[in-house]
Amino acid sequence: MAAKKMAIIATKGALDMAYPPLILASTAAALGWEVQVFFTFYGLQLLRKDLSGIAISPLANPAMPMPVPMPVIVQMLPGMEWMATTMMKAKMKKKGVASLEELRAVCIESDVKFIACQMTVDLFEFDKSDFIDGIEYGGAATFMGFAGETDVCLFI
Amino acid sequence: MNFDKEFDASGLACPMPIVKTKKSLAGMTSGQVLRVIATDPGSVCDMEAFAEQTGNTLLSSTTENNKYVFFLKKA
Repeated sequence: MAAKKMAIIATKGALDMAYPPLILASTAAALGWEVQVFFTFYGLQLLRKDLSGIAISPLANPAMPMPVPMPVIVQMLPGMEWMATTMMKAKMKKKGVASLEELRAVCIESDVKFIACQMTVDLFEFDKSDFIDGIEYGGAATFMGFAGETDVCLFI
Repeated sequence: MNFDKEFDASGLACPMPIVKTKKSLAGMTSGQVLRVIATDPGSVCDMEAFAEQTGNTLLSSTTENNKYVFFLKKA
């Protein structure tokens, strides 16, 4: 039986949205699937060598569970994003949720192919040296080549 | 049940029990048995799905003292 294939477009760079593409990619790879992830716009943040800047904001995020109800005006205060991020990371660690670094390393180790969108790399004037090694740079056509043959194709 | 290798995934959340089970199996030979211990309740369904999709046989899936214990036979 030929290996199943999955393609993911990762477009978000906030802490909560960074998880689904990396969790699905590492899991599919563990199941023996062939996986490619195309990182575009804010998703490019997940390819940075240093992932410590990835954050979560309570602002405009009414579904985020809070220990105490917090008015929007308070969520806007300086330091609130840092606080939310620190609390979320601490909770994740306590619950045994892998770090983004760990999940990304698993993906790379299990041959998940990472493609950075060249257009958005240029748009944001990112320096390729900020990104991890071993990734490819390409455009929509590169992605479609593989996506057209997949069993699962997701936009995240 | 006898086993050749054990992997303790206690405390790990999705997807690490599956990802690391796969890694543990990679170092084993066909027919050998891996015992996996997990605390993630989601691992019960996940381990079944993993076995089904990878061709490894899930010999048993039980709960002991709030832990989930699996025996997997490598394909």
